[in-house]
Amino acid sequence: MNGLLMLFRIVGVLVGMSAAVYACWLLSGRQFPKHLGSTFGWLLLIVLWGLGGYGLTSRYALGLGAVTNLSDQFPWGIWKAFILCGIAFAAGGFLTACMVYIFRIRLFYPILRPVVLAAYLGYMMSAAGSLIVDLGRYHQIWRPIFYWQHHSVLFEVAWCVMLYSGVLTVEFAPILLEKIGWHRTGRFVHAITVPFVICGVILSTLHQSSLGSLFLIVPNKLLPLWYSPFIPLFFFISALISGFAMAIFVSALSFWIFHKPLEPRVLTTLAKAMTPLLLIYLFLRVVDITSRNAWVYVFRYPLQGFSFTLEMMLLTTPLFVLLRTRWSGRRRWAFAAAIPVIVGVILNRLNVAWIGLLPAMNANYVPSWIETTVTLSLISLGVVIFGLAARYLPLFEHATPGESHTEVMAHASA
Amino acid sequence: MISRRKFLQASATGTLTLLGARQLFAESKADPRECAAVLVDLTRCIGCRACENACRVRAGFDPLPPAAIGYGEGDRKLTFRTRTFIDRQKVPVKRQCMHCLEPACVSVCPVAALEKTASGPVVYHENLCIGCRYCILACPFNVPKYEWDNALMPRVGKCDFCADRLAKGQSPACVAACPTGTLKFGKRGELLQEAKARLDAQPGRYAAIYGEDVVGGTSWIYLAATAPEELGFPVGLPKKPLPQLTWKAISKVPFVVIGLGLILSAAVRWRTRET
Repeated sequence: MNGLLMLFRIVGVLVGMSAAVYACWLLSGRQFPKHLGSTFGWLLLIVLWGLGGYGLTSRYALGLGAVTNLSDQFPWGIWKAFILCGIAFAAGGFLTACMVYIFRIRLFYPILRPVVLAAYLGYMMSAAGSLIVDLGRYHQIWRPIFYWQHHSVLFEVAWCVMLYSGVLTVEFAPILLEKIGWHRTGRFVHAITVPFVICGVILSTLHQSSLGSLFLIVPNKLLPLWYSPFIPLFFFISALISGFAMAIFVSALSFWIFHKPLEPRVLTTLAKAMTPLLLIYLFLRVVDITSRNAWVYVFRYPLQGFSFTLEMMLLTTPLFVLLRTRWSGRRRWAFAAAIPVIVGVILNRLNVAWIGLLPAMNANYVPSWIETTVTLSLISLGVVIFGLAARYLPLFEHATPGESHTEVMAHASA
Repeated sequence: MISRRKFLQASATGTLTLLGARQLFAESKADPRECAAVLVDLTRCIGCRACENACRVRAGFDPLPPAAIGYGEGDRKLTFRTRTFIDRQKVPVKRQCMHCLEPACVSVCPVAALEKTASGPVVYHENLCIGCRYCILACPFNVPKYEWDNALMPRVGKCDFCADRLAKGQSPACVAACPTGTLKFGKRGELLQEAKARLDAQPGRYAAIYGEDVVGGTSWIYLAATAPEELGFPVGLPKKPLPQLTWKAISKVPFVVIGLGLILSAAVRWRTRET
């Protein structure tokens, strides 16, 4: 039995490492590393995915108890929290699709594809990947499709995420179809995109806020700094904020790394759209916490107080840049402001699903090394797939939904 | 362009459908006075753990070792295998699932693996479970526990009120085993009346009833000589059922769908004409 487990683990490590080698080889243009910097990158990914393979095989062979620090006291850990973080990060997908397909803002056409792909990967890695690792009965993941329980927020989230993944597939499909040259199918998919985008916006609104509603049921467990009857609203607004920030981050980074020209106005306009939302969000949070007399908790629990302060600082400091017109007009500053915003929203999700629950649940949960490496492997897998797509798919040739479809496809096939 | 009449028609149909759906969604509830309940008179408990032992035997686990009877060894917390135990507070306090009238665990389960039966017990259908562990997080009394060491088919473990024994007209195993009359099995309405009668008759002996209205009321009702907070019961729980907190949000879903759908469709029409 022990020998079998060892064998299983070795297979896991080898699969992980060879996948890492192959991915790195593809990423560097079918070449082996030439200088020290890229060798280091290769090694990092190989070690990480090797450990991830070990962690995954152990998790499936031994169960959650053996490899995680989860317990009856603290049943939801970093894998669940990662789902919240990934989905908040991926909010840029529905925002950009909405701006492009529904409001037809030409300025954003070029960034549609990279942002939608990043969102797609965000959902795949967090909502699908992390959930399959985290569910005790991962092989029963399909059950919510057939066994309905409409009183459950988790049921609603499951359905929304499932349907929205379909929407993202439709939004992403043209890139793949162009690559393989199925233009007629591409034209068909393109023609049905707008209704799908409308559904996508609705589904995103629902599940982004519902991820907050998940915690409405624990008024006695989540610290009042984060527990609020308005937590669905806060989750939705902060998802919009992180969506804009993510769109800035992803488009700036991918266009710079792959040496594509990007109009600076794209980034600064996104930053300008984000600013009022950020102000509204912070104002509402402050009013909400004040009205519930919850400020005392900042001082009552040191870790939670620190984490809350950090979250608030990450979300407020960018305002100094964003509100100063001399700086907010520069794309470098827009990019610099987007990063703390993304980190701040992700920290908010970690606080709600992890840090803020610790005191009342009398728990001392810190993710185990396997939980951590599996999460990091999932994140890096998303990054790697994005890099591969940027290299091998027409990611930076933008479709223009304002023009006639045949024109678009003719342009694409030319 | 959507005509005004069409728009009004669509909104009217939508609203009616929603109202109908709300009716459908309102669930039939068991009569809280008629459902099965247990009155736990903590002043009568001697902490012998006969209830704990009977529970283990009935659930198919090893009985307590003889040395554990009384204040001896054994799990002093709820676990997957220990569905009830005697908690050593100021006085011995029996812990188990409270069988809420409107349970949080039942409302959060995405696949209805937890069910509040019409007769009272909150039962777990393990064949439906997907292992999301939301019930464990949501329970205000921290009752459901997980089979963490099972790699393939982990289960949630919690007191099921001996639903099979109840169906045969028997009392739960723990109640049947109790030698001091601490546990009394019956209908909730009658037991609540009896608890109040005992409290009124001996105000020096009793101080509080717990379970009458906390989170909407529970099927297990405690009668104690001290305040419930001093006996390890959770502090600060609302009197309203917890699922109501969530339902406020979920019930708005149809409105979001229809509202956003109309707004976005209008936006598409407007922008298509503009460009």
